[in-house]
Amino acid sequence: MNESEKKLLRQLACKVRLGIIEGVYNAGSGHPGGSLSAADIYTYLYFKEMNIDPQNPRDPDRDRFVLSKGHTCPGLYSVLALRGYFDSGELKKLRKVGAMLQGHPDMKGTPGVDMSSGSLGQGISAACGMAMAGKMDNKTYRVYTLLGDGECEEGQVWEACMFAAHHKLDNLCVIVDCNGLQIDGPVEEVGGIEPLDKKLEAFGFEVFKIDGHSFDEIDEAFAKARATKGKPSAIIAKTTKGKGVSFMENQVGWHGAAPNDEQYATAIKELNEMLTGLEAE
Amino acid sequence: MAEMIKKATRESFGMAVTMAARENPDIVVLDADLAAATKTSIFKKEFPDRFIDCGIAESNMVGVSAGLATCGKIPFCATFAMFAAGRAFEQVRNSVAYPHLNVKIVGSHAGISVGEDGATHQCCEDIGLMRTVPNMVIINPADHYEMIEAVKAAAEVKEPVYLRLGRLAVESFNDPDNGYKFELGKGITLHKGDDITVIATGLCVSEALKAVNNLEKEGINARLINIHTIKPLDRDIIIKAAKETGRIITVEEHNVMGGLGDAVCSVLAEEYPTAVRKLGVEDRFGYSGPAKELLEIFGLCQSNIEKVIKEELSK
Repeated sequence: MNESEKKLLRQLACKVRLGIIEGVYNAGSGHPGGSLSAADIYTYLYFKEMNIDPQNPRDPDRDRFVLSKGHTCPGLYSVLALRGYFDSGELKKLRKVGAMLQGHPDMKGTPGVDMSSGSLGQGISAACGMAMAGKMDNKTYRVYTLLGDGECEEGQVWEACMFAAHHKLDNLCVIVDCNGLQIDGPVEEVGGIEPLDKKLEAFGFEVFKIDGHSFDEIDEAFAKARATKGKPSAIIAKTTKGKGVSFMENQVGWHGAAPNDEQYATAIKELNEMLTGLEAE
Repeated sequence: MAEMIKKATRESFGMAVTMAARENPDIVVLDADLAAATKTSIFKKEFPDRFIDCGIAESNMVGVSAGLATCGKIPFCATFAMFAAGRAFEQVRNSVAYPHLNVKIVGSHAGISVGEDGATHQCCEDIGLMRTVPNMVIINPADHYEMIEAVKAAAEVKEPVYLRLGRLAVESFNDPDNGYKFELGKGITLHKGDDITVIATGLCVSEALKAVNNLEKEGINARLINIHTIKPLDRDIIIKAAKETGRIITVEEHNVMGGLGDAVCSVLAEEYPTAVRKLGVEDRFGYSGPAKELLEIFGLCQSNIEKVIKEELSK
């Protein structure tokens, strides 16, 4: 990946973050922390990694994405709007009566959403089903699913991991957004999922541990995942919850809260300054 | 006249889904380590490449089925009713029904006729659970021929379906060579009569049929309606029966709460208030024992249905 491509991705990620704040602020509720932590991964997937066409969101040969940590859909919606699946004006109607953008992803109502999700642990199973269908039909598409680290406390995640390895789903890439925080506090205090890499390896995955905010590392990990044959791959992305908005970073309270007017203005100012800085580079 | 076949509906299902799969290449079957019991083993033998054993992980199996359905497959996802509707309830609701995916949830070994395995495996709550899930179609076939038709219909309709199967062998009474026609969402009048109406489903239909036939000899003309589709329910056939015969008895191998009886009551309460006697499992757990003996103890047999009809007529 060359420098100009990386610079563009950084700018796009900044715009994705602006969309997240816009959506959650206008909704008056939602989940900014985990949306912001995964913003760089969303950006990379939809602007670099995945074979998709916003004009043909149901193309049977497209790559698929399942947001298993469905509550962080403000991030998904923001990147989908930026990629041209629907008008960005929809973000301001997030969570409102009659809105296209529901509080958790609804595949029936939102172009670009490949699976309804939100109940933790379920998305990864659906992703396994999509990967399985691809294998059965000799298709070359790939399936990506994004999980939270707290989500890995759900038993179904591990049922799905066993299934993916048993069926050698090398067209499946599981990404875990390890932002370290869940509703009740730090993941290691609440549930305790470590050592996640060893667990996933033991379950039959090829595992890559990266800094989830470094596009160099993201780029390298997805390339290695694509090259992995005979087994599924997992990218453990260490991230900062609330990344990009100073007062939200590493604060458990921003898991599921909307900014007030003042906080909104601060967040937008910070992100706009960051974007201006990147554009001036 | 079609041959009388004495088979458990689970076995008929295994045959039926295999037959349907010959016509429709999109059909795939999933099981959770119970292929020998749910009889998906019949399918597995003929279509090993379209059979997915998910191991003992029902929640994941339902989710995998949902993913397959988004890619155009028609998954029949089978396990015991207890696990399909019970353990994986939320996966059925959120991963299948909410996104309105074309997945067929197959709940085998439903009701107390599981027999010796006892209460942990005798699911008498599945119809109630599935009835409350929006978008869900519920089919509970009564004999071999009905199961064959039900599977065809389930494969054709682009809706999530819950299909209930039994473990115990039942003698067939529907005759495809003699007027039997399966229509999703339509009840079938198996016996005409204006004295009283019996509405039965699944395994209990054959017992109810024997009961009303026997009572005919004593001059009692009971109407018998087979409700194979519990949702969407054939409201018209129920309201018509209430208007023409008055009193209604429902018979099902399910908790009297939440099942066919409650579904009938809710239609009649709104449309034509009528006294309904619900025969079923009286809000209690079952226990181990031979299936036939248990069905007698729980009153889901010909003799008790006859007794209850007489009691109701004497009121």
